[in-house]
Amino acid sequence: MNFNIDFLAWKKLALITSGVLILVSLTSLIVKELNYGLDFTGGTLVELSYPNGAEIDQIRETLRSSGFEGAQVANFGTNQEVLIKLPGTISDSLGSDIVSVLKQANLNQEIDLRRIEYVGPQIGSELRDDGGTAMLIALAFMMLYIAFRFQSMFAGAAVIALIHDVIIVLGIFSLLEIDFDLTVLAALLAVIGYSLNDTIVVSDRIRENLRADEDNDTYQVINNSLNQTLGRTLITSLTTLLVLFSLYFLGGEIIKNFALALIFGVIIGTYSSIYIAANALIIMGVSKDHFKVEEPENSDTNSLP
Amino acid sequence: MKRYGLWKYILILIVLSFGVIYSLPNLYSPDPAVQISYISSSQSADINLRDRITKALDESSLSPLVELNKDYALIRLNSYEDQLKVKDLLSSSLGPDVIIALNLATTTPQWLADIGAEPMKLGLDLRGGVHFLMQVDTEAAIKNRQNGTLQDLRRRLREEKIRYTNSFVDDDLSILLRFNDVSAKEKADSFISENYQQFAGSPSADSETSLSLVLAQAEVEQIESDAIDQNLTTLRNRVNELGVSEPIVQRQGKKRIVVQLPGIQDTAEAKKILGKTATLEFHLEAQLDTPRTRKSSYSFKGNPGSVASLQNAVILGGDQVATAQASFDENGLPQVNITLDGEGGSRMHRATRGNIGKRLGVLFVEQKTRTVYEKDSDGNLVPSQEIYEIKEIISLATIRAALGTTFRITGLDSPSESSELALLLRAGALAAPMRFVEERTVGPSMGADNIEAGVFSMGLGMALVLLFILFYYRVFGVAASLALTFNVILLVAIMSILSATLTLPGIAGIVLTVGMAVDANVLIFSRVREELKRGRKPLDAIDAGYNRAFLTIWDANITTLIVAVILLSYGSGPIKGFATTLSIGIITSMFTAIMGTRAFVNLIYGSKKNLQRLSI
Repeated sequence: MNFNIDFLAWKKLALITSGVLILVSLTSLIVKELNYGLDFTGGTLVELSYPNGAEIDQIRETLRSSGFEGAQVANFGTNQEVLIKLPGTISDSLGSDIVSVLKQANLNQEIDLRRIEYVGPQIGSELRDDGGTAMLIALAFMMLYIAFRFQSMFAGAAVIALIHDVIIVLGIFSLLEIDFDLTVLAALLAVIGYSLNDTIVVSDRIRENLRADEDNDTYQVINNSLNQTLGRTLITSLTTLLVLFSLYFLGGEIIKNFALALIFGVIIGTYSSIYIAANALIIMGVSKDHFKVEEPENSDTNSLP
Repeated sequence: MKRYGLWKYILILIVLSFGVIYSLPNLYSPDPAVQISYISSSQSADINLRDRITKALDESSLSPLVELNKDYALIRLNSYEDQLKVKDLLSSSLGPDVIIALNLATTTPQWLADIGAEPMKLGLDLRGGVHFLMQVDTEAAIKNRQNGTLQDLRRRLREEKIRYTNSFVDDDLSILLRFNDVSAKEKADSFISENYQQFAGSPSADSETSLSLVLAQAEVEQIESDAIDQNLTTLRNRVNELGVSEPIVQRQGKKRIVVQLPGIQDTAEAKKILGKTATLEFHLEAQLDTPRTRKSSYSFKGNPGSVASLQNAVILGGDQVATAQASFDENGLPQVNITLDGEGGSRMHRATRGNIGKRLGVLFVEQKTRTVYEKDSDGNLVPSQEIYEIKEIISLATIRAALGTTFRITGLDSPSESSELALLLRAGALAAPMRFVEERTVGPSMGADNIEAGVFSMGLGMALVLLFILFYYRVFGVAASLALTFNVILLVAIMSILSATLTLPGIAGIVLTVGMAVDANVLIFSRVREELKRGRKPLDAIDAGYNRAFLTIWDANITTLIVAVILLSYGSGPIKGFATTLSIGIITSMFTAIMGTRAFVNLIYGSKKNLQRLSI
């Protein structure tokens, strides 16, 4: 693939697009908040399978008359699967209680227990704290590594791109009201890894060209670098998206949101490594002077008195 | 083009064959099996056990082979139906001294097992089962200990004629003592620093006339870890009752215990059994003149052969025991110190003061559940649960003086005996209570579905990626495809060797690795294409492509690895499973994508000196 696109000419448009996306994401995160899943809120979740199809209304009625107030009942995937959620943590045996009540009310058909999940309130808040800590530590380590391998400006640009990606993916989850649970958090951290991967490949080429390219100015060098890596960026994103879509459609309900978070993340990460990281470098004022190969300093030390 | 050293080919061959061999066991699907072992862990499975099993199965139409391992006897069966049939049959005919559990027995061929090749472990989300996280209320244990100390302190202050006006354990778990005047307080202060070492520094003064005794950090940690140990012991005993083949009972962090029971679905039943606590009963030994109706005989725990007779009257129960600790007496002999609460102390005093020279017995009382089988009207065996109690003597010692709130049991043979006795006493005492803070149950149908979904999505994802790179890079695509396949084999082999647990998020991690591992090859091949375009000769272009791409690949992978390692150390449950496969996958992919493809490319093009075109 041969490209000659003036990416940096789109700087204004890119900045406006990203700005709007981030603004919408932040607004949604503040107004609608994240739709925290069971892992973070605590509560009980029961998934049952009725081989002959489930009567949602009947299940609701049974649960209400048995004193399980506030139970949310919904189909999950197919019309045979039922997901019952009870927020808050009234008792640790709620899950098995629900199963036995429903089994009694429905003696004419076998109910298959798919899963029960109970998360105590303390565990929920701990998981949330641990998740946040892990995210911050990951960002900090990335910054350190890039600053060590490249230069502080690249570290700044990469982290700006990362934060950009994370905020927008979170924003999408908040806007679409998709459950945000532990697996999605894992996906988000994988997005950080993936997006950084992309950014590093681009930065690597920019650095190489800044050192080697004598003819062009910084602006042109960065543009060339983006074009040179574009083929690779697109192909890698494509193969990753191929497996992610296969996970999304075939990996089962539990993996669905995980795959979704990564799909959004890969798309946004690809965009940000082209437009955001490179523009951030220009705005921070990177120039060829930062990459002059240093002259050997000690060539004449012998002649010193 | 540089010669590709022979040693590199050999290394790749070695790693490849190693990968193939150690991932091989995963291809053999396990047999449904029933596993039988003795309840007492010291007894290993013997011919005697095998004979009993063969005899029990004689009448049935099934005549399976009974294998004997060191710890258990194993019966392999052809179907899950037969498995349940055999379990029911054995449970009804074998005695209560054995544990019968359903299991999945590996079918790894002997020659693989001999070199230590085993299949990966499957997580509960793939095989079905229950995961519990229990939190031990260590505060209750500390409060208990402080209450015990307070009882003792009150008595000794009275003996020392130091008068206090008020004494209690406050909400911060420290003992608060109030006095009438400063001199009483100072006397108490020096008495306590001399006789009680468990408090932090010198007793701190709240005001002129009061003392606040805070437990030292080391002491608190000791109590916490005792409480966890004691609950671990109790839980392990209980789990045995459940008949699970590979249970996990593990400490997690400072206050928590993880219990994983593969194959169990009746969580209500499991919780009931796990939640039960043992208790203690103190009895006087029966004398020759004790009427038969007022005494019973019990066997000793761990020594069913010897028996002693105790009076039926209970002096006090486990709920009145505050602490029990193993230590050494002034002659360096092992002993156990026991502290009772106030009421327990006075009961003990009343019961023992007139019986000096006689013996005091301690019974360990455990509630257990067993499955009993009854024939219904159709003659079928119907299982039902029955709760029964086991009472065993854990100590029988001569009373040397009237006992009070604190006393000690001496005459123990070894330090291990004293710590065992202390552990049992604590387990039966008012234990630090446990709460269920997390439960994750996966039914067997869900587990099977998860495996299918995982394998299917991985197969499809991989097929799509392979097709794409074959189409896009042709001969180089073949190299990359081989490397990808090699990568997955290697990943599975390493997971198997580490006996890491494969979970559904773990499979997602493998799939993601497949998608991302191509990146290294894409980087290299794009670079080779660029170099060709700049007019380099094909073999030079290959060299330059690999060399220039290497650092980029390295940096990109290291950063992803950093994320994976952070996930590993901070994550729990699903995150850990994902991070495990992701981090192993990153490492293996660097090897296969760089060294593996290079070897293949060299094999094809390396010998052609006048190569004009590359199929890339």
